[in-house]
Amino acid sequence: MEEQAKAGEAQEGVEEAGSAPSRDEDEARFGVDAYVEFDDVSKSYDGVEQIVRNLHLTVREGEFLTLLGPSGSGKTTCLMMLAGFEVPTGGTIRINGQAVDAVPPRRRNIGMVFQNYALFPHMTVGANLAFPLEVRGLDKDAVAERIARALQLVRLEGFEDRRPGQLSGGQQQRVAIARALVFEPRLVLMDEPLGALDRRLREEMQFEIRRIQRTLGVTVVYVTHDQQEAMAMSDRVAVFNAGRIEQVAPPEVLYEEPERPFVASFIGDNNLLRGKVAAVDGDTCDVTVGDLTVNAFMVQEHAVGDDVVLAVRPERTGLAAEAGMYTNEFEVRVRDMAFLGDHLRVLTDVGGQTFVVKIPNIVGHGGVLAGERVRIGWATLDCRALRPAEDAAA
Amino acid sequence: MLSKAVRPGVGHYLHVAFCVAVLFFLIAPILVVVPLSFNAEPYFTFTEGMLRFDADAYSLRWYQQVATSDAWLRALANSFLIGGCATALATGLGTLAALGLANPAMPARPLVMGLLISPMVTPVIISAAGMFFFYSSLGLAQTHFGLILAHAALGTPFVVITVTATLTGFDTNLTRAAANLGAGPWRSFRRVQLPLIAPGVISGALFAFATSFDEVVTVLFMGGLEQRTIPREMWAGIREQISPAILAVATLLIAFAVSLMLVVEWLRRRGAVERANG
Repeated sequence: MEEQAKAGEAQEGVEEAGSAPSRDEDEARFGVDAYVEFDDVSKSYDGVEQIVRNLHLTVREGEFLTLLGPSGSGKTTCLMMLAGFEVPTGGTIRINGQAVDAVPPRRRNIGMVFQNYALFPHMTVGANLAFPLEVRGLDKDAVAERIARALQLVRLEGFEDRRPGQLSGGQQQRVAIARALVFEPRLVLMDEPLGALDRRLREEMQFEIRRIQRTLGVTVVYVTHDQQEAMAMSDRVAVFNAGRIEQVAPPEVLYEEPERPFVASFIGDNNLLRGKVAAVDGDTCDVTVGDLTVNAFMVQEHAVGDDVVLAVRPERTGLAAEAGMYTNEFEVRVRDMAFLGDHLRVLTDVGGQTFVVKIPNIVGHGGVLAGERVRIGWATLDCRALRPAEDAAA
Repeated sequence: MLSKAVRPGVGHYLHVAFCVAVLFFLIAPILVVVPLSFNAEPYFTFTEGMLRFDADAYSLRWYQQVATSDAWLRALANSFLIGGCATALATGLGTLAALGLANPAMPARPLVMGLLISPMVTPVIISAAGMFFFYSSLGLAQTHFGLILAHAALGTPFVVITVTATLTGFDTNLTRAAANLGAGPWRSFRRVQLPLIAPGVISGALFAFATSFDEVVTVLFMGGLEQRTIPREMWAGIREQISPAILAVATLLIAFAVSLMLVVEWLRRRGAVERANG
């Protein structure tokens, strides 16, 4: 167990240092078959408003997949449908190849960590953990052994006789995780389990949950609205918006290669510029933004005259000390600037649209003043031309 | 200035005096029964000896009479049998009804709730008369079973109300968690829901029992000689054989009622503490 945990940590290190894992590595780790499959799933409570719309999603065995999105985007509803507490109004959910539409929650054998933990307050920690084991008819010795093992896994040895009310938030969280794992389900769902904890504890628990998941190799579907949490923990993240999935990808890919304006703005900071395609050349294009022409990388196929949204990360832009440093360079007026310690945040306009430039606070950044005219620039590859969202609201 | 602000004024004393007067008005008629039940003479008034606290003026003869009377003992047995069975029925049905009413998917909730608690607001004489004609046609009048059903109907609203009140603070995620962990509806109810709503169930049951235990109107209509309960026997005692024995019974009932109230209060506090810890 210990060794596995170390191996997991080592792997994590590699991932952090390197770029996105290639598709082959990815498949070697998780296999190609879907363990959980949402097939054209829809959900509506009143028959009018669609909470989840024609959703397709696959989760591979052993994967840590996060459903990320703002509140009301349908991510929690998806988790509840997977647990069996909500019934899809359309489509099918399959677990391990079997449609589960007619399987009640208690027969699904899925571990679940609830938002408020949902520990039974009148039972001790030991009785809470014993509950699913007794349901499954395990004998007393096996129950005691499994409880001890589960508590060891979450580092709460010797807490069997405490009541949930006597534990801190973080400890209750660990008990909830232990209870979700103690009957050894292959799939565990977590519904914003860290929402009630303070920041320091939350970061600690992120590593804990990741360690436990890697140790056991269980498949985890995790719901959160916190993008940093999603980035820190997940193998892949599904970004939800208005009942649809905008993009499913490993965190690095989501950040580096967003495919939709919503993803570009939801994950990290991005400057979004609206423009029109003026010329196309291979996988790059010239886009007219106001009175400027910007050279951009085409994420989707575009034709001349198409409306596009350009996504440029503030930290991928810079001051052009001498002409020709970047493929896109423009002279702009500094509207305002803020000194934020490790970087300067410079507010400007590009083609009449607000644009933020992030300048690292390193020797010789040159000291930018409000009202000054400066030359800023960015590379074509750091400027992604995206198809605009269908509905203007998104 | 400061001392003036702290010292209570005339209004305060008037307020306290008024409260004491109200409490006296409420309790005096009940308390006066207690010493009178120890009267050595067959009177319903304080004798001169009693007022002089003369030990010979007091006796336990009425208690002895109650304890050795077949009629009183039968009434006691009837009261506990009918009260016990009616309480069991009312508690079971009332708890189930409250659980159903707590389900958001339940249609016409206010209507059903209104129907369930209607026995509480309908004048008892009307329910009793109605039940008498209805039960007579079913052959249930003048049977223990008939009285049990009648008292269960009168006690159910109390259970519905107390259990509903407890369920409003119940976290539905707990039943979801139980289902997720593999428990069927019965196990989830027995192991998770019932222990947590137990204070409400028990206080509802105590109210239902008290309702049956001091109920006289339906017993007058529906009960025969064999179904006489304690209140019915007291009714007969006042009308037929004016004997301070009913004062002895009354004192016993007061003691019983006070202990029931103490249990309810204890349960309420325990519930509050558990919620605070939970």
